[in-house]
Amino acid sequence: MWQQLRNRFGVPLTMAIVALLGIWLIVMVLLPQWQMIDYSFHPSLLPAERGGEKDVWSLTNYATFFNNDIHLAIFFKTIWSSVLVTLLTLIVSYPLAYYLAKVATPGQAALCLLLLIIPFWINEILRTFAWYIIFAFRGPLNELLFALGLIDRPIRFLNGDIGVLVGMVYAYILFMVFPLYNAIESLDSNQIRAARDLGAGWGRTHRRIVIPHAKPGIATGCIMTFMLAAGSYAVPALLGSPGSRWFTQIIYNWFFEGGDWNQGAAYAFLLLVLCIVFVTVIMRIFKVGLGDIAK
Amino acid sequence: MSSSRFFSWALKAYLLVFFVYLFLPLMIMAAATFNESRFPTVTPWTGTTLQWFSALWADGGMWSSLVNSLLVAVGVLCLALPIGVASALFLTTVEGRGKSFIYALILSPLLTPGVIIGISTLIFWRNWGVNGGIALTIIAQSAFIAAYVMLMVAARLQRFDRTLERAALDLGASQWQMFRRILLPYLKPAILSAAVLAFLQSLENYNTTLFVAGYDTTLTIYIASKVRTGLTPAVNALALLMILFTVGMGVIYELKRRREAARRLV
Repeated sequence: MWQQLRNRFGVPLTMAIVALLGIWLIVMVLLPQWQMIDYSFHPSLLPAERGGEKDVWSLTNYATFFNNDIHLAIFFKTIWSSVLVTLLTLIVSYPLAYYLAKVATPGQAALCLLLLIIPFWINEILRTFAWYIIFAFRGPLNELLFALGLIDRPIRFLNGDIGVLVGMVYAYILFMVFPLYNAIESLDSNQIRAARDLGAGWGRTHRRIVIPHAKPGIATGCIMTFMLAAGSYAVPALLGSPGSRWFTQIIYNWFFEGGDWNQGAAYAFLLLVLCIVFVTVIMRIFKVGLGDIAK
Repeated sequence: MSSSRFFSWALKAYLLVFFVYLFLPLMIMAAATFNESRFPTVTPWTGTTLQWFSALWADGGMWSSLVNSLLVAVGVLCLALPIGVASALFLTTVEGRGKSFIYALILSPLLTPGVIIGISTLIFWRNWGVNGGIALTIIAQSAFIAAYVMLMVAARLQRFDRTLERAALDLGASQWQMFRRILLPYLKPAILSAAVLAFLQSLENYNTTLFVAGYDTTLTIYIASKVRTGLTPAVNALALLMILFTVGMGVIYELKRRREAARRLV
C-alpha cells in the first residue's frame, strides 16, 4: 500500500495522507470506541481509586442492565419502535422515490429534490419543534379534529408514542428517499415497459422488477433510518413523555444525572451492538455488501 | 379508467399529500412567530405582532451559542476536509489486502449512532484531561463528517482520467506539482460541495454535540434547552429566519442550475 501511494504521490504527500488517515481512524474512531468498551467493563470509581485493587474487570454494569426491568423494557421498545419507524419511512418514501426516478422529467425531479432538501437544511431540533407545535394539547391538530367533529375533547398526542413515530418519520425521510431514488434510477426503464407489455399489472411490475432491483437502496435506507431512529435523542426528548422514554435518554441520564460514566458506557455499548446486529442482519437479508451502502 | 392512468393519478395525489406533510409543519412553525401568545402556537390567534423578533434580538444566550456553533463549524472544516480528501486519495490509489478492512473502518462512523461517537470521544479525552467544550465538539463531529467528505471527494476522484497525471509527470512536473496543479483543481468542485455539506452538518448536529459540548453551548443545544424550558415564540422567529435563509440558498441554487442548463442548450 505504501508503495502504491508513494509511486503516485511521492514521499511527503504519502506521509501526509497516511498521517491524516491514521489520526482519524486510530485517534478519533478506534481508540475512543475501545476506551468506551473498556470503561463499560470496569466499576465506577473515585479518581484516587483508579488503578487500585478495586479497579478490576467486571460485568457488574451489564448485570445492572439485565436486572433492571424498566431499562430492559425501554431497550426493547426502542428496537421495536425503530423498526416501525424504518418500515413506515420505507412505505412513505417508496412511491416518491419511484416518481422521482422513473416518472418525473429531469426538471421536475431536480425541483422535487430541492424541495426535499430544504427542510433538511433546517436542523433536526427545529423540524421536531414544528411537530411539537402541531401536536400541542391546544394546538392546530386538536383544533382541526375538533372543528371536523371527530373528537369532543383534545387528545394528548405528546403523551404517547404517536408523536415520536410521526416526528421520526418526518426527521429521517430523506435518508430513505435518496438511497431508494439512486437505486431505482439505475433501473433500465425498458424493463418496466417490457413487464407492462407482457401483461404484468403495476403491483406485479413493482414486486418482480423494481423492488428486486432497488434492493441495495432499500437496504441502505433501512440501515440509515434504523440507526438514526435508535440513536435519536432529540425527537423522543421533545415529542415523547416520561412514559415513552428512548434508550438514548437512559444513556444520557447515566452520564449527566447519575454521574456513572462506566454504567453509561455499558449502555452505549449495548446500543452500538444493537446497531451492528441490525446492519449485519439487513446486509444478509438483502445480500448486499458495504460497498453498496456507500453509493 | 385504465389501471395505468389510475396509478399515475394516485401518484400525483400522493405527491401532493407528501409535500404538504413536508412543508405544513414548517409553515405553522413560521406562522406562530407572529402570534402574540406567549406560548408558540397558532391556535388560538391572540393578535398579530413582531415583538418576538426583538425578543430574539435581545437574547444574548442565543447569540453566544451561535458564535460557538460557527467556531465549531469552522474547526470541523479545518479537520474533516483534509482527512476526507486524504482518505479519498488513499482509497482510490491502493489495491490489495487490507483495503476492504480500512474501507469498512472509514465507513463505520456513518453507521454508528451519533450519541456513541460523542460518548466515546468524551471518555477517551477525559484520560488526557480534556473536558467537553468547543475543541472536543470539533473532534467528535469531524469523526463522522470526514466520512461524508471522503464519499463526495472519492465519487469525483473515481472519474478522474489518470493519463492527465502521467502527462504532467512526463512533462517534468514533480509529484507535488501534479497534485497541486492537476488533482486539486480537478477536485475543487467536490471539495467545495463537501465543505458546504460539512458546514451544514456541523451546524445542525445535536446527538453527538450533546455529549461533548460541555459548557460551550452550541445553537442546537441552546434551542433544545429553550424548547424544554423557557419556550417563547422567539424560537419561532429564529426558525423563520433559518427557513428564509435556507429557501434563499435553495432559490439561488435552482436559478444557477437553470442558467447552466440553458447555457448547455445553446
